[in-house]
Amino acid sequence: MRSRLSLRITALLYLLAVLVGPVVMVFYRALEHGLGDFWDSISNGAALHALWLTVLIALIAVPLNTVFGVALSLAIVRRKFPGKGIVNAFVDLPLALSPVVVGLALLLLYGRQGWLGPWFTDRGLQIVFALPAMVLATIFISLPFVVREVVPVLREIGDEQEQAASTLGAGSWQTFRRITLPAIRWGVAYGVVLTAARSLGEFGAVNVVSGRIQGKTETATLYIDAAYLDFDQKGAYAVAVVLALISVVILIGMSVFRPTEETA
Amino acid sequence: MAALVWRSTDRGGSNFWQAISNPQSVAALKLTLIVSAVVVLLNAVFGTIVAWVLVRDDFRGKAVVNAVIDLPFALPTIVAGLTLLTLYGPKSPVGIDLAFSRYGIGAALLFVTLPFVVRTVQPVLYELDQDMEEAAASLGAPPQLIFRRVILPVLVPAILSGVAMSFARAIGEIGSVILISGNLPFKTQVSSVYITGLIESGNTPGAAAVSVLLLAISFATLLGIGALRRFTTRHDA
Repeated sequence: MRSRLSLRITALLYLLAVLVGPVVMVFYRALEHGLGDFWDSISNGAALHALWLTVLIALIAVPLNTVFGVALSLAIVRRKFPGKGIVNAFVDLPLALSPVVVGLALLLLYGRQGWLGPWFTDRGLQIVFALPAMVLATIFISLPFVVREVVPVLREIGDEQEQAASTLGAGSWQTFRRITLPAIRWGVAYGVVLTAARSLGEFGAVNVVSGRIQGKTETATLYIDAAYLDFDQKGAYAVAVVLALISVVILIGMSVFRPTEETA
Repeated sequence: MAALVWRSTDRGGSNFWQAISNPQSVAALKLTLIVSAVVVLLNAVFGTIVAWVLVRDDFRGKAVVNAVIDLPFALPTIVAGLTLLTLYGPKSPVGIDLAFSRYGIGAALLFVTLPFVVRTVQPVLYELDQDMEEAAASLGAPPQLIFRRVILPVLVPAILSGVAMSFARAIGEIGSVILISGNLPFKTQVSSVYITGLIESGNTPGAAAVSVLLLAISFATLLGIGALRRFTTRHDA
């Protein structure tokens, strides 16, 4: 009994020191001079633009990754095609890869001297140091989450019901909408929450491809970095707290949608 | 990705070798690997303890603690780094200043990789039948022995897979590290921040070369995870 208690205390102290303590502290620092002061720190043009840009990128990346992720999961589980094993392995790649490396790869591909860069520049489209590359980087980084949540659910439900539906004359879209989608919706929801979290917090890859132009291609995470290095700690804390509040909402979403161990 | 590998060898193999073997690059990689390894070991120990407490123990507020584990996945990494600086930085209220030190990098990596081991060990512990532990206890085995001989062997694959995921994450991590490390060459400069510096100073081939090296390590880790997964599923069946 005593060992149980000491383990509990060890675990909780560890979490307090590593996780909870620091996060509480940043809230304290951001709000120690009152709400008005906090509001002043985030209501300047650059900070607001950075937050808006972060939300905008997430709004583009998350739906695309959701649709693509569900389609890819269906392909991996339900279809046979050459190179499936490789596709399966590549889906996990962004999880193991440094975001900086991802950013650099995009830079080399779409940059001024890149393979595809000049083609786009000739047509008046700027990819690198502009929104398109930032969205691409975010999509790449947050690609695996929906797939990883949906694939196991698809495996588990099997395809008997889908086959039954098609023998009864349902088209493939109808089968998907009426049978498959309702069965995988919680997995999709959890994947979407994880994708959103990753998109809003992306730093390393966006840092490389954005060019970090204040008021233009500076996202909230880049703003925090710049403000802190600029000795504007109050500004950094304030934007950090806004992002942390979004994270708390995401966290609540996670605990609602996470597949529970007891029932799984 | 192909463009990356291609560009890294743009100026011939000797340049590639030079880029990855220059002292600053080697120091950064060494630091990255050492700190990641230490962090991953700590994760293995504390992650298992936390998972055990979450599954076997019962106390008020356990659901909240369980939800908090996911915080590093939800929180932007730069925010994580900043939060660590407020508690363990120059103006630390508890008198611990880890800024611009290896310990600071370690703390940041501990923060962002914390969920991996917990989340891989937890489901295995749930599934684990307590019959064997009770049998061992009734035969007179002390708790430590039961843990070492009965529980731990079942958990090892899950711990290792969590460790591999943490390691892959740790070696590529930048957001949480960039502020707290101070990016001092030869002292607190990790590879990902080093690469970013090379890109910013226009040395793309050099950045590509070091990236390819990181990429290779990531691949090896990924393959390791895959092999582990196959190994464990085969033994489950």
